[in-house]
Amino acid sequence: MRTFGYSDFWFLVEAAQWTVALSLMAFIGGGIVGLIVALSRTAENAVARTLSMWFIQVFRGTPLLLQLFLVFFGAPVLGLDINPWLAAAVALTLNSGAFLGEIWRGCIEAIPRGQWEAAEALGLSYWNKMRDVVLPQALKIAVPPTVGYLVQIVKGTSLAAIIGFTELTRAGQIINNATFQPMVVFSIVAAIYFVLCWPLSLLAAYMERRLAATASR
Amino acid sequence: MLLPSAIPWFRNKVNYSFQFGPVFDAWPLLLHGTWMTIQLSALAMLFGLMVAVVCAWGKTAGPAPLRWLINAYIEIIRNTPFLVQLFFFFFALPAIGVRWSPYTAALIAMVFNLGAYATEIVRAGIESIPKGQIEAGMALSLSRVEIFRYIILKPALKAIYPALTSQFILLMLASSVVSVISADDLTSVAANLQSETFRSFEIYIVITGIYLLLTLLFSYLFRLVFQWGLNYPDRR
Repeated sequence: MRTFGYSDFWFLVEAAQWTVALSLMAFIGGGIVGLIVALSRTAENAVARTLSMWFIQVFRGTPLLLQLFLVFFGAPVLGLDINPWLAAAVALTLNSGAFLGEIWRGCIEAIPRGQWEAAEALGLSYWNKMRDVVLPQALKIAVPPTVGYLVQIVKGTSLAAIIGFTELTRAGQIINNATFQPMVVFSIVAAIYFVLCWPLSLLAAYMERRLAATASR
Repeated sequence: MLLPSAIPWFRNKVNYSFQFGPVFDAWPLLLHGTWMTIQLSALAMLFGLMVAVVCAWGKTAGPAPLRWLINAYIEIIRNTPFLVQLFFFFFALPAIGVRWSPYTAALIAMVFNLGAYATEIVRAGIESIPKGQIEAGMALSLSRVEIFRYIILKPALKAIYPALTSQFILLMLASSVVSVISADDLTSVAANLQSETFRSFEIYIVITGIYLLLTLLFSYLFRLVFQWGLNYPDRR
């Protein structure tokens, strides 16, 4: 048993870098999956719509922790080698993909029908219609809720601690086991998460207000 | 019981025989876990709403220091992971003398967590009632109880119903995390079964399926309640 010192604090800060790395992985991966899901959800193809609807339903209707377990325990069953880092990245990517897909679907559907029809009247192909007409306008309203969702991703990465990946929460557990000063350790862990998340929350709220102001003008 | 291993292709491709038998044999445990998850979520919702109503009142009508305190509470809860909050209630508070069981610690963590999210929802509900409505009720000489019940509570509940019910489902899914402190819930039943049978993948597939069913069931029930009690036309 030893007391909590500077080196412990730096251990937590270093572990927080893994939290950030995992969040970025989940955001980039989730962004790609989410875009595919959102486009499928708004597509004319009924199969794509149904499949993406079930994807969203399953990943939003089950706990992230169990999705994490299924990837972690399921990959060896399929004969794949997996470590906690990869399992967490895959599970968080799929989960964020479902949530971001649903958020972005709403943004795409918020674009007035007339814009779609105008693009079709101009004879634009599906890709040109999406890339040049619909998505740029959807992007504008998608940014505030997406930044808000980033907070959920950062908090979600804490669950990787449960399958043994040493990010911020797991580092807190390790330090706590060595020092047995849970009050100090978990307060600092919570404070680091707060420092990561609060600016994002404030930014999302600010952008939402600004968007509302431009919309009402 | 060998389910998909009956398919030879699958068997060659994936060198693993699925055995759901030991999982389904433990159905009384699964049922118990499901019930505990529902119970924990429902209790947390009930107490969390009480916290939310008090905080929403404090935020709209309280003095400045109280408002500041409530804001700090909401921001701290919303910007830290539930798992860390749970550790705080389970490890940190007992270290300074508060003693409680994993179940109580889990429930209290959930109540505090939900309280912060629900405060904003409840406040939006209160603010959705125009003052003129209450004055109209007085002009019609309704009693205070009638005014509260028909003019404030019911329309406010209708306004926040969708947000509140989806918050309940999020809470139920988040409650799986309490299994890490061995509070008795569906996911901890899975963890116990795993250590007895070693069929972890099968167990987690079944448990995930149960959560999905719970989500679908509650969404359906909430829609039904809305149709039954709150689906009246309103002027907007």
